[in-house]
Amino acid sequence: MKGVITIKEPRCKGCGICAAFCPKKVLAVSELGKIQVQNADACIACGQCEMRCPDYAIFVDKEEASA
Amino acid sequence: MTAARLMQGNEACAEGAIAAGVRFFGGYPITPSTEIAEGMAQLLPKCGGKFIQMEDEIASMGVVLGASLAGRKVLTASSGPGISLKQELIGYAACAEIPAVIVNVQRVGPSTGQPTAPSQGDVMQARWGTHGDHPMIALSPWTVREAFDAAVMAVNYAERFRTPVILLMDEIVGHLREKVVLPETGEIEIYPRRKPGKTRAEGYQPYTPDEDLVPNVADFGQGYHIHVTGLIHDETGFPIGSPKITAEAIDRMHQKIERVRDEITHTEEFFMEDAEYAVIAFGGTARTAYEAVKNARARGQKVGMLRLMTVWPFADKAVKALAAKVRGILVAELNYGQIVHEVERAVAGACPVELCAKYNMEIFEPEEIEKGIDGLVAGGNK
Amino acid sequence: MERSFEAYFRQNRLPHLWCPGCGNGIVMKAIVQAIEKEGLTQDNTVIVSGIGCSSRASGYMDFDTLHTAHGRAIPFATGVKLANPELNVVVITGDGDCTAIGGNHFIHGCRRNVDLTVVLFDNNIYGMTGGQASPMTPTGKKATTAPYGSVDRPFNACALAGAAGATYVARSTAFHVKHLTDMISGGLRNKGFSFIEAMVQCPTAYGRKNKMGDPAKMMAWMRDNAVMKAAWDKLPEGEKQGEKFPIGVFKQEEGVAYDVAYEKVIEIAGGARK
Repeated sequence: MKGVITIKEPRCKGCGICAAFCPKKVLAVSELGKIQVQNADACIACGQCEMRCPDYAIFVDKEEASA
Repeated sequence: MTAARLMQGNEACAEGAIAAGVRFFGGYPITPSTEIAEGMAQLLPKCGGKFIQMEDEIASMGVVLGASLAGRKVLTASSGPGISLKQELIGYAACAEIPAVIVNVQRVGPSTGQPTAPSQGDVMQARWGTHGDHPMIALSPWTVREAFDAAVMAVNYAERFRTPVILLMDEIVGHLREKVVLPETGEIEIYPRRKPGKTRAEGYQPYTPDEDLVPNVADFGQGYHIHVTGLIHDETGFPIGSPKITAEAIDRMHQKIERVRDEITHTEEFFMEDAEYAVIAFGGTARTAYEAVKNARARGQKVGMLRLMTVWPFADKAVKALAAKVRGILVAELNYGQIVHEVERAVAGACPVELCAKYNMEIFEPEEIEKGIDGLVAGGNK
Repeated sequence: MERSFEAYFRQNRLPHLWCPGCGNGIVMKAIVQAIEKEGLTQDNTVIVSGIGCSSRASGYMDFDTLHTAHGRAIPFATGVKLANPELNVVVITGDGDCTAIGGNHFIHGCRRNVDLTVVLFDNNIYGMTGGQASPMTPTGKKATTAPYGSVDRPFNACALAGAAGATYVARSTAFHVKHLTDMISGGLRNKGFSFIEAMVQCPTAYGRKNKMGDPAKMMAWMRDNAVMKAAWDKLPEGEKQGEKFPIGVFKQEEGVAYDVAYEKVIEIAGGARK
């Protein structure tokens, strides 16, 4: 299962909680203090990042099956 | 008119509040105000209202403010030590503009003081007890019937101006028993809870002032999703760290009362037609002052009297008019001297102002005030 | 990426003022998700809070919201509930707000079994004022007012609530989000005083002072030390020590809620339907 990650950047405070609990090391905090997707292909849409984001800045949806 | 009844001041206060539509009371026992709580505990459930005895005076104030926001007209009652504890949330009610009536049946202080001897020592506390700038309305009845009327008036003012109103009773009137005839329900004018004039879709904001500068804050549960806070807020109800809005909010809070000052400042004059001297008194002390003035008149002294039914806002206009007319004013109050300073401020040197103070647990005897009148007259004839 | 919980927030007030990595946002979302799950509406639910970091939550939630004075949320909430029992009343409070300045109101709210759902955001510190010790700062932990470590013994707020008469008592953490939401849901379902302690990380005022690492490390600490109630109960007494703590439902019992009990009073007094 693959995931589609959406980041609402204005809400992100760069705390790094999502990156720390991502089991596949998909995310990292950028030099500018915002979360970034660095390894999109590894995302398994587990939703751990979204669940614990205190700022409602990251969302993961399961990729729609391609037609 | 209803049948005559023998009633106590505190009972009349409870009945007046219910007649004005109060349907929620939160309180904590303290003499000499307890009969009000006891009366409410008995009367409220009879008319579908609710009474709750809280864990302390602060909670009693909090619970009535919550109930007020959820749509009930509310009352709480206490005495000096309890009123000291309530001050925090009296300020909250002023800032968040929540209607509530707080009865203070005054007793001797400071601290536990002399329970539960009569006093009028909380006049300045009524005005300035809570921190920060805020307006205040305080009414002080002098008869059992007026305790009923003042309770109705206090509830009406609290609702109309969305502000805390203090019913400044004293032990004298609170525990006094008199024969009274109460008005019929239909004869009592009741100010209804203010309602929003707009829907959410029409851009309703809970703290937008109406023409009378009072906001029509929606009751909870009406679908308006309002935010209420003790932080200084703008028309939306949300806090904002703006100097301009802060000044405007505090200005409006004062102006909504100031603009009706004459209307709500009730005073009563006695024997003033030819008076050369006047006694100013309020609450239970006004009863003795009235006797003293009558006695002085019988002895040929041209003395009149001004009774302050509204203690706050202070009756500047009436006092100034009095000062322009008489050669001296005696202020009789059951404390070390509080309202006398307001009288002096209003008189502004137009005539001598003397104080007849008493603070020894006992109420005034007419002779004591008569002695004060003698001194005033002697001074005026110097 | 539409999320139904977003409808429960005042979008124009977000992002919230909490520090990067603060756990409060996680609990606030858990509350609205529990509200949604239990079918409560924004029109029939009132959020009441006190003063402190956690209590700012009320401003972000799109309900009738009441941000009261320090420690006083429970009395205000009691008034709201009794004045209009149709309303569901949720109280948001903090460890200082609820167990220090509001301690008396807290135990009496529990005792009366007023139908409120009280969620205590426990960050072990006074955050808004910059990190002073609270009644829930563990002994030995540092705070600006406990520079050598806290001398005080902390409250176990759950045990306190249960002993005082709350009919539903539970604890969870900002790490255990689904569990936390379930704990709050259970509180919303209970017709009586429900108390949920939500442990949250305060990386700024508490974590830094106590060298607990970044926000994620503080949450990992919750993960590693929380023990589900059922497992906790099976632990030998000797192992219920150190930093381990139980999470789950500690108490759930039937009890007549205050507003229901008072309806009886109105009936006896003859004031029903007046």
